[in-house]
This record gives sequence, structure tokens and C-alpha cells, in this order.
Amino acid sequence: MTVASDDHEILVDCASSGIAFDGLRVDETDETYSLETPENEWTGLEKDELEQALESCEEYVTNWRYWQKTVGGEGTSRREFLRWCERAPLDDANTKTPRDGALDDGNTGERAVEEPLAVPERYDALRDGIDRQWGQLSITTRFLDVDESNGARVYDLWHVADANSDLVDLEVHDDPRDAREIATYDEDGRYRPLKTAPSLASGWAFTGLSGDELVETVGFFYPATVANWHRELSGNLDVDHWLETAERQTGIYDVVDELPREAVAWLAEACCDDSQCLRRREWEYDEDDDLGVDGGDGQFPCREPCSLVIAAARRWAILESETERTYQLELTTSELNQLEELIDAVAEGRTDEIREADVTDGANRYRARYLRAKRFDEDGTLDATQVDD
Amino acid sequence: MQALVIAAHGSHLNPDASDPTYAHADTIRETGAFDEVREAFWKEEPHFRDVIRTLESDEVFVVPLFISEGYFTEQVIPRELRLEQWDPNKWASDGTSASQATLEAGDVGKTIHYCGPVGTHDAMTDVIVQRAETATEDPDVGEGFGLAVVGHGTERNENSAKAIEYHTERIRERDRFDEVKALFMDEEPEVDDVTEYFESQDVVVVPLFIADGYHTQEDIPEDMGLTEDYRRGWDVPAAVDGHRIWYTGAVGTEGLMADVLLERAADAGAGIGEAREAVRELAGSPAKAVAESTSRTGTGD
Ligand code: SF4
Repeated sequence: MTVASDDHEILVDCASSGIAFDGLRVDETDETYSLETPENEWTGLEKDELEQALESCEEYVTNWRYWQKTVGGEGTSRREFLRWCERAPLDDANTKTPRDGALDDGNTGERAVEEPLAVPERYDALRDGIDRQWGQLSITTRFLDVDESNGARVYDLWHVADANSDLVDLEVHDDPRDAREIATYDEDGRYRPLKTAPSLASGWAFTGLSGDELVETVGFFYPATVANWHRELSGNLDVDHWLETAERQTGIYDVVDELPREAVAWLAEACCDDSQCLRRREWEYDEDDDLGVDGGDGQFPCREPCSLVIAAARRWAILESETERTYQLELTTSELNQLEELIDAVAEGRTDEIREADVTDGANRYRARYLRAKRFDEDGTLDATQVDD
Repeated sequence: MQALVIAAHGSHLNPDASDPTYAHADTIRETGAFDEVREAFWKEEPHFRDVIRTLESDEVFVVPLFISEGYFTEQVIPRELRLEQWDPNKWASDGTSASQATLEAGDVGKTIHYCGPVGTHDAMTDVIVQRAETATEDPDVGEGFGLAVVGHGTERNENSAKAIEYHTERIRERDRFDEVKALFMDEEPEVDDVTEYFESQDVVVVPLFIADGYHTQEDIPEDMGLTEDYRRGWDVPAAVDGHRIWYTGAVGTEGLMADVLLERAADAGAGIGEAREAVRELAGSPAKAVAESTSRTGTGD
């Protein structure tokens, strides 16, 4: 395996202004060069000696070439994300973020213990492929050409549920834009207005993407997650809390700031739970007013209430303005329990799983129809009497 | 580096609402005129709030894929993009003449050229005419034909009627169609009585809406009497009161809309090279567009 000589030339050209990247150092002083890797050190090299010496650390050279020449974009979220994908040290990871703190507490599983890899370890791993999980996406970074590697990486992407599937069983894509269509519908063909809902359909794969294409594809699956993740990593995620966002609304959404604080907590519990959304809610009621509801364990932060939550909040703001009343209705204890089971089954999206003949489940369809037949009047309403005025 | 952001409404309920946005964005991507092209939405993702930070370009051209100047273009989009120095007076518009304003987005330190909506650009007139061509599958349509440009009406936004009337007048001046009329859903003259406003036997009806949805695919065809039930679809042309009505839904799905987006950005200073020619090439085939729109109408969705 030899490094293409143009890699050397480009590198020598750059050496005059100094190179320090991923463990590789090259400096020029008075037309002699020094070269350093974590394993070796050379000084006082003539130009041709430098080129020779570079041959013994070609992993560092091709790595430098890939990141500095192919990927480029220093300081961009695109670059940081691609580095994260192969577990390279991140430029911005020095800044301690609250997230890093959370990583140490062991609640977040594997990700917490993954140390960045140095070049030789990474090169070893890239031969087999390095896997990362981003929401419901599984991303593999590997060498374009394992036998004759010049450091060029390519990326494969599929649903985490398909991690063990054969490629032949998946629908293979190479155009990032195809992700838009895949992300639009869930397994049952229903529209997914919230892209970070954990309902991404499986059965597809993107293979051999370039770094730019990977970031674009991830952007179609989970828009803006990479940008906000990167902001969080660099310690400048700008969170807009509930009140700020609600007060900004105009038109028909003007009412959402009237939602009582307590109801905002219920809203967060209802909508921003991991079972409903893979974003980790970072917004609270107000800067110093914690909602007291868990924001979830997602990898990418949610920096402000989304449009779906605002739309739902508008409905709740209207509903919450109603006065509470006391009603009297006749139910057996089991029927009361059944109401609880029904609400729970709908809230958990469990109704489809209840077997037709499983009449022990209160949310079973026959049980629900029976309750309706027994307790509803001719108008289809619950036979309840208001007892206050 | 320069980026184009197409700012559209989108929908929480209807996945097709964003189709035209994606289609036009893809057409412009093909031209390579911008380093980055990004769709952004009020009701979908990426949301207006997040879109600018996903870009690497320092120069960003934002074009609202909306029909008229009003609530969304003057309040919602600039506010959500954090264009803090925005003031509708910067467009110095009478309701149909918005051009652009150069501002900075508060969260990113990038230059944002905030453009007027596609619907009020002069090039939109050509799109309406092209819609008539695709509806009739006749690139020379005009003689013996009436053209109705249909808008929502004044109920929600007074500028919406202005945009309709503006293009109606411009098409009328071209003397191409025997008659050109502006009709509305919520005000007089109403689209329900379309046949009463035309002497021509053949009338092309072009709704000035961005995306197909409830109004263009349910309301308008039923109100005009093209069909009893939109779910059963309708013929193009359909016979109504001794007239033939040529109707194929929202003008915003017309391929040439990509050209209007490009022109908006070019007017604001974007370098677009030969992209307009490329887009006209890509979007120029009426027959192809008709095939697409009739299949959509046929399923009645
Ligand atoms: S507001 Fe809640 S539901 Fe919406 S994106 Fe954020 S975490 Fe998810």
C-alpha cells in the first residue's frame, strides 16, 4: 500500500505554514522539515527525506488529506458530524456541555463510554466499518477501497431495525433526496408531520454516500438536528423556552401564552417523551423555571417548542379556558377501570395490538362497544348529569 | 458561497402540501446555481426557526413560496428567521411590488436577502399563462378562450386579491385570450358563477394557489359544478352550462414556478448564471406537466 505521491506533494506544499492535525505534525524551518506522529519523530529533514519519512506514516497523511482537502469546512457542523461518525476527536468537544455531564451518569448507555479513536485505531476500525446510531438511523463509515485505501471514506445508512438485514432485502438508494419520501410516511402509510417521531419506516438503505451526501441525507431524515447538536457541542445552543416562544406567536396562535404553567408540563409529558419524539427537550417553562418533566434521552437537542406542539398548545389553551364542573354518572368499578384502560391504550398507541378476542383488556374493541351500548344514550353521549351550576 | 431558501407553509395534516416546494427546489438544485438549496416550512421541518443555521453559505436568499404579501411574508417569516431589523416598509410595497431587503439573521451572523413572495413577481404572469397551456395541452392557447384567474379573496388578506388582479390585468394587456377575469372564492365575482362571467365557450380556470389541497381539489371543482363529489374527480375539459371548463388545480405545481424563485433571488443580487435558461428548459414542456396534473386530478386526492 503506497500513498499517492500527490498526497505528499500537497502536504509538503502545506508544510511551510505548519501542519498539526490528528497527531500529525509537519513544520518547516530554514528549508528543513520536522515530522512528528505519536509513534515517531524526525527533525532536520531535507525535502526528499521528508517524502521518504512520510511513507512510514501514510495513515496520518491520507487521514490529513481526507479531512483537510476532501471534507474541509473547518468549524462546520457537517465536518464535526462526519468526525463523530468515525469517532474521531471533535474540535469542539473540549467545551464541557451539560450533555457531557449527562453522559457520565451512565443513564445513556453505550454512547457514554465511547472514547474518540486515534488515527491507527480508527484506520483499523474503518476497514470493517464504524457504526454509529443517530435517532433511528444507523450510519456506517468505511473505506471506499479497503485493499488500496487512500483514506477516502464512504458512508452507508439504514434503519437501526435493519442493522442485521441483508442488503438484497432492502431497497437501496443513492440519492439523498429519496430520504424525503421515506421520512414522509410511517410503516402503515400514515403521514409523519414530526420528522423526529420514532416511527421511521424501515426496509431501505443508502450505500456508498460521500460525506456531503450523508449529511444531506441525515438532514432530510432529521432536519436541523446536526446543526443544533453541533451548537450544543460547542456550548452555544440557543434555547427558546416556552414563554418566549409562546409570547412570540401571533394570529390564531396568539392564545398559546395563556396556557397555564401546569398545562405546559402536561404538554411536555404528552408530546416530548422519548416514545413520541427523539429530540431531547432542552426548553423549560422559562429560563429559571424548570418544568419538572423529563426531557428524554435523545441525541439531538430540541431548542424550542416545535410547530406541532404549538398547534396542539393552541387547542389546549382554548380547552383549558373552560371551567371545571362536577358530573354524576353511573358506572361499576370495573367500568371506571375500563375508562382508564381505554385512555391509556389510546395514549400509548396500543389499540392495534389488542387482540379481537382478548376481552380481558378493557380497551378491547368489543368491551368498548359494549360500554358504549350500555352507557351512551340515543344521541351517542355519555349519560352524565351535571350536579353543580 | 450562496444559498437559496424556499420558505413555504407546509402542513401537519397533508403530506402533499410540500410537494411543489420540493419539486421546485430540486429543479433549482439541478441547475447548480446555488451552493445550497434548502426547503423551509412553517408547519414542517426544517422550520423557519432552524433553517438558516443548517447552511454553510454566508449569503442567503430567502424567497417565500407564497401567493401574496401579507401576514406570512410580512410578519411570520421575518420574525421566525430572526430578521430583527425587518420592517415591512423596507419592501416599500403597495401590496404587489415587494422586491427585497438585506438584513442579518440574529442567530447566525449571515447576510439574508429577504425577497418578496413568488406570487407577486412579474414572472408569475408567465406561469399562469403556462398553466393555461398545460391545462389545454395547447402551447398556443388563447384565441376563442377565456381565462379565469382564481384567488381566495379578501376575507383573510386584502393583498391576496391585489395579486390576482395584478396578473389578470397583465395578461389582459397581452391580448392573447378573448377574455381574462379575476374570480374569488370568498368575494364577488365568485368562482361559483364562472360561466356567467364569460362569453367564450372555452374557459381555462387557473387557481392562484401554491399547493393543491382542500381549496383547489375539493372546494373549487365542486363550487364550479365540475363534479358533484371531488372524490370522483372530474373531466378536463368538463361541460358546465354550455361552456367547457379546463381546470387542473394549483398554479404553484407548474414547473415554471422554479423560474420565478430564481428571478426573485436574481433581483436580490444572487448570481444565477444560466440557471434561468436551464429551468425554462426543464419546466418548459406543457405536455409533460399535463400528464402529471391529470393523474393527480384523476385520483381525486
Ligand atoms: S417540542 Fe417536543 S415534540 Fe416538538 S420537537 Fe421538541 S421535543 Fe419533540
